[in-house]
Order: sequence, then C-alpha cells, then structure tokens
Amino acid sequence: MIKTRLTVLLTAIIVLAVIATGYTLHAAGRQDSGGGRSGAFDLRTPGQLVFRDTEMGPNKDHLAAVPARDPGGARAVSDIACARFYAAAGTGVCLRNRPGLTPSYDAVVLDASLHETHRYPGTGIPSRVRVSAGGRMAAWTVFVSGDSYGGAFSTRTSILDTRTGHLISSLEDFSITKDGSSYRSPDVNYWGVTFADDDRFYATLATKGKTYLVQGEVGAHRVRTLHENVECPSLSPDGTRVVYKKKVKPVSSGSPWRLYALSLKTMQETPLAEPRNVDDQAVWLNDSTVVYALPGDFGTDLWTVPADGTGAPRELVGKALAPAFS
Amino acid sequence: MYLSATRSADAAAATPTGAWHRTLRLVAPNVVALGAVSLITDVSSEMVTAVLPLYLVAGIGLSPLAFGFLDGLYGGATAFVRLIGGQFADRRQRHKLVAGTGYALSAVCRPAMLLATSVPAIGAVLVADRAGKGLRTAPRDALISLSSPEGEQGRAFGVHRAMDTAGALLGPLVAFWVLTATVQQYDAVFVVSSCFAALGVLVLVLFVGDQRGKTGGSVRMTLSALRRPAFARICACAVLLGVATVSDSFVYLLLQHRLDFSPRYFPLLPVGTASAFLLLAVPMGLAADKAGRWRVFLGGHVLLLGVYALLLSPVDGAVLVVAALASHGAFYAATDGVLMALAGPLLAPETRAGGLAILQTGQAAARFGCSLLFGAAWTWWGPSQAVGAAASLLVAAGAAALILRPREA
Repeated sequence: MIKTRLTVLLTAIIVLAVIATGYTLHAAGRQDSGGGRSGAFDLRTPGQLVFRDTEMGPNKDHLAAVPARDPGGARAVSDIACARFYAAAGTGVCLRNRPGLTPSYDAVVLDASLHETHRYPGTGIPSRVRVSAGGRMAAWTVFVSGDSYGGAFSTRTSILDTRTGHLISSLEDFSITKDGSSYRSPDVNYWGVTFADDDRFYATLATKGKTYLVQGEVGAHRVRTLHENVECPSLSPDGTRVVYKKKVKPVSSGSPWRLYALSLKTMQETPLAEPRNVDDQAVWLNDSTVVYALPGDFGTDLWTVPADGTGAPRELVGKALAPAFS
Repeated sequence: MYLSATRSADAAAATPTGAWHRTLRLVAPNVVALGAVSLITDVSSEMVTAVLPLYLVAGIGLSPLAFGFLDGLYGGATAFVRLIGGQFADRRQRHKLVAGTGYALSAVCRPAMLLATSVPAIGAVLVADRAGKGLRTAPRDALISLSSPEGEQGRAFGVHRAMDTAGALLGPLVAFWVLTATVQQYDAVFVVSSCFAALGVLVLVLFVGDQRGKTGGSVRMTLSALRRPAFARICACAVLLGVATVSDSFVYLLLQHRLDFSPRYFPLLPVGTASAFLLLAVPMGLAADKAGRWRVFLGGHVLLLGVYALLLSPVDGAVLVVAALASHGAFYAATDGVLMALAGPLLAPETRAGGLAILQTGQAAARFGCSLLFGAAWTWWGPSQAVGAAASLLVAAGAAALILRPREA
C-alpha cells in the first residue's frame, strides 16, 4: 500500500520536475534566441513609433519600431530589452529591471543608433520615464517598497542632465511652494515628470493623501503647486495643456483614474472621451491626440483619443507599451 | 495512529541531526505529512508573493498604488471562510477533505495568474488564493492536534511550523533563481509555482489520513466550545494579547526608521524573523510540552515586549537588527503553534476544527484592530510614542491574561 503511494509520488515528482524544468528552459531559450538585433532602427527616423514589444515570443520586452502611419505593420525589433522606455531627439532612456532578492534597476542612456552611452544603477521598480524635447534632460520614477509607513509603496524620481552627466537622484530635496507659501513634509513623493524645456518641468507631488500638479525648475531646485488631483501629467507639444490621470473614484474600486486635459492658462479641466480606467502617463501623438496603454489580453495595448474631450478611443497598436514618436 | 511515547527510550543519540531525526520520528506520520504539504505549498505561494509587485508593475504595467489596496482588505472575507472551513470539517470529521479543498483552490490560482492581466482579475485570483488559505488552516491544525497525544502537542505543532517556515524561506529563493535563469520571464515563475502547488495537494491526498471520531459541526455545538471555561479564557487571552501585537510590517518599518538603511535591504528583514522562527519552533514546542504551554505562550509575549523595548532603546546598528529580529522570530516560535497546542486538547474532537477557527479568527481580528490603532498612533504621535503605547498595552494585556489564565494550565 505504502509502496504504491510512494510510486505514485515519485512518478508525479518526475513529471512535475520535467514540466517545471522544461518550461523554465523554454522561457530562457525564448529570451536567448531573441530575433532582435542591434542597430535594427534609428531613433531619429522621422514618422516612427518606438515601443516595448509585449507580444509573447522571442522578442518579448524588446524595443520595436513601426512606421507611425502603419502601426500594425511589421516590427523592426532591437536586442534592447526594457521595462520602460522613452526617447526624444535621438536620445533614448531605457529602464531595465535587475533581478535579485531586492528590486533594483539600471537606467540606460542610448544614442540614436541604440548604443549604450551611460548606465545609472538604482533601487526600485521602474515606472515612468521622460526625455526633454531637445533630448538633453531625462527624468524617471521608480517605486520603492517599505519607504513609507503602512507597507505602501513610495516613489523616487530622478533627473539626469545627459550632457553634463549631473544626476539628481531624488527630487525630495527640492523646495516646495504650496498654495503660495513654503511647505515641508517628510511624506512628500514625486512622480511622472514631463519637461517643458531643458530646465522647466511639470510633475505630480503627493503629500498627506493628496496629489498636486507642480511646475518646477531643475536649476533652482524648486517646485510650486498649480492644481490638485493631478497624476502623471504629460505636456502638450505647444506647452499650453497637460493630459493627466485624475482620481475620480477610490483606489479600492479597482478603476480609480480617468484621463483629463487641463488648460495651464485657465486651469479648466476637460474629461477625455476614454471611459475606462487609465493607469499610464500619456504621450502626445501630435498637438491634438494622446496615446496611452491599457491592459489587454497579452500585456498591454496602445490606444489613442483626442485631447479635447471629443471623439472616441481607438486602438493604435496591440501588444505594446511605453511609446515614443519621432 | 501516533508512535508510542515509549519509543523515546531507544531514540538516537543527542547529536543535532540525531535530535532532529528523533523529533521527526516521535511525531505522528500525519503531522510530518501535513508539514511536508505546508512546506511545498509555502514554496509555491511565497514564490508568487515575492515576485508579485515586480510582475504587476514591471511585467504588465500596473501601478502598485492600484495594487496596494488588494493587500489588506480581504481579512474579513478570509475570516468568514475560516469559520466555515472549521464548521464543515467538524460536521463529518472530514478534515482532510476540507483542508484539501483549500489547498486545491490555492493551487488552481497559480496557473490562473498567467491569464489575469487586469486589476479586477488579479484581485479575484488573490482573493480566491486567500480563501483557500482561510479554508484549510483550521482543519489542518485540528488534524495535527487530533493526530498527536495530548502530552506532545507542542512538539507536533513545533515540527509543523518549522517545516512551514522552511517552505516560506525557500519560495523567494526559487522564484528569483527562476527569474534570473529566464531573464525575467514571469510566466516561468507561475508555471514552476503551479508544479509545487500540485505536488503539495498530491502529498496531502496520498499521505494524510483523517482521524475518525464523533461528528460535530452544528453551529450550536461549535459555539458550545466557548462555554468551556478553560477554552473561553484562552480565547480571551489571545484576543487581549493580539490587540497589543504590532503587525510584522510595522516592526520592519520601525527598524528601517531607526536605522535609515537602504530600502533595497528592506525585503530581507522578514527573512531574519523567519529564520529565528524556523530554528526555534521545535525547541519552543518541546519546552511547551515540558514547562507548560501557557507559560511558554505568555513568555513569548515577554519576547515581543523585548522587541518593543529594543526599538525604544539606544541600541543601534547591526546589534539592534539581529536582536530585534531574533526576538521577533522567537516570539512567533513560542506563540504561534504553541497556542494551538494549548487550545487543541481543551476542545472535544468533534468541535476541534470549529473551535480552533474561532480562536484563530479572534486573534487575527484583534491583530487587525491593533494595526489600525498603531497606524493612527504613528500618524498622531510619531513612531516611538506609538511603540511606547503598544508596550504599555502589552504589559496591561499580559497582566489581564495572568488573571484570566485557564486554571488547568
């Protein structure tokens, strides 16, 4: 009796071990035999959409490029794997996870032909990355666990001058003007930087359970609040509006955020025509349309919606994340 | 079912491995089998827990702030499921069936992680996983209790908790090994985790046996357990002490607050507690059988008071981390399994699962209340004042427990 049971157990262990090992080797091989190649495309090619390919297969998580006019067309795939990516004017920044017992990452600066020029290691899980329109400044946000009380995640935002190599590893030391007066609090978090030029930027500041749109200056190390309940702002190419995620329901509802546009002149809010929950920092396709990611059947899909509240959402390309246009 | 106690006379020499071997031989085969099931299942579940934040944020692009709410809000749901599980297990003395259903439910959740890509879907999988955990805990502990003679309950629970914790320690290592080997292919982690979960269920099916006896399981019968003075007193003590037991995550945050070390080492703090728990679970269980379970249980809370004292003391650096985590793990070793060993024999076999479920649920609810109070105290007064308040509360609860303590113990 015990003999039969031991035989069954031993057989099961062998079968399960073969499945576990086989699948792990298969997954590892999927990565090794990546069809991508270096120099697959150039970041300066006009009319091109670059993104992280989330399609299951040898190219998963690699940077891929398609013509912006035909986003469903064949993908040129590179050998660069990224968790998050953004590029402007021939400068790319790729945030890559480094596996280990504690989460850490590398921020890798790429030139136009996708060659690594610098690498900045750090601690946390990559979340957002932006490059200024001129390609000089870069900013990224990572999540760090256990930094704040309650076991919640907190964020850490860094800004890099790629020309001088000067890295501000955390914005937490910037001076804050909140509603007109100086403000200090140990619980301040920043995320979602978007650049106006190589010095001025907008971002989200969170403190005491509220979020604010702030405008900041890198050189002067300061920010001031402009508007409440704004997360992950994205500045329009003409610099007059931001599209952002506004919290319209408690996070426990499972779908707290909607896309809104905010006029920086009048502070007028306009809901965009996307009824679903969006948890992304939008990217401007042109002066009137934004692109954002939504969870899809496999990884995420990219969608577009007009930035003025009209029209309807439309799928731009499936199985893609972290878009950048050139 | 269990081996006779006279076997201890011809047990092996007192070398460390000999001692461990002897301990294993001296607990019922059913307890060892349940320990193996817990070990394998914990490897599986801790693999997923360890990579979950990374997977959600880096893998599928969700914000952890959206995921954070999933983490603490389902305590109520699991408490309810736990009570149901205890009830059903008693009804027809089907502990194995109910516990097995719980393990199987959690096992099915592993491959389901591959298919869940939205917050509601992942939330649903995590809730189902926790429901499985809630369902199996009380019948499993009742089965450990029923399979062991009254004088050796502490040893049996000590062996089970040590095996359980070993699995919890191995899980993250296996997960990161798979992630490294596959260059971050999360699906491989979920597949390997599924294989461990399936193996756990199989070991349960093949090697765990039910203890036949009188059936219970009516709500009235289970509640009548609370009319036994000794059991009711233990429940009251566990709840009182639970209100003064600060949750693990707060202990780790307090340590980080005191030391200001790099957040990248933060996830290693639970490893310290678990290691001490693993090493001390069996010795504490044996001590409980010898010196009295009630004494060891209350003594464990003195160790917790020691953790609070260390957090308030001028002790600093590595000494603080090592001393605090060792005491914290020793606290668990002296209280977690020992409480079950203390309460189990006070319950009639036909109400054991239901009674233990009530005790566990009461203790969990008290600790949840403590988290809310402690969070508020931290916000209003600051961290050291909050620890001071928790320490005072613990002293008061300990004094009350001394007055309330069951006379038999």
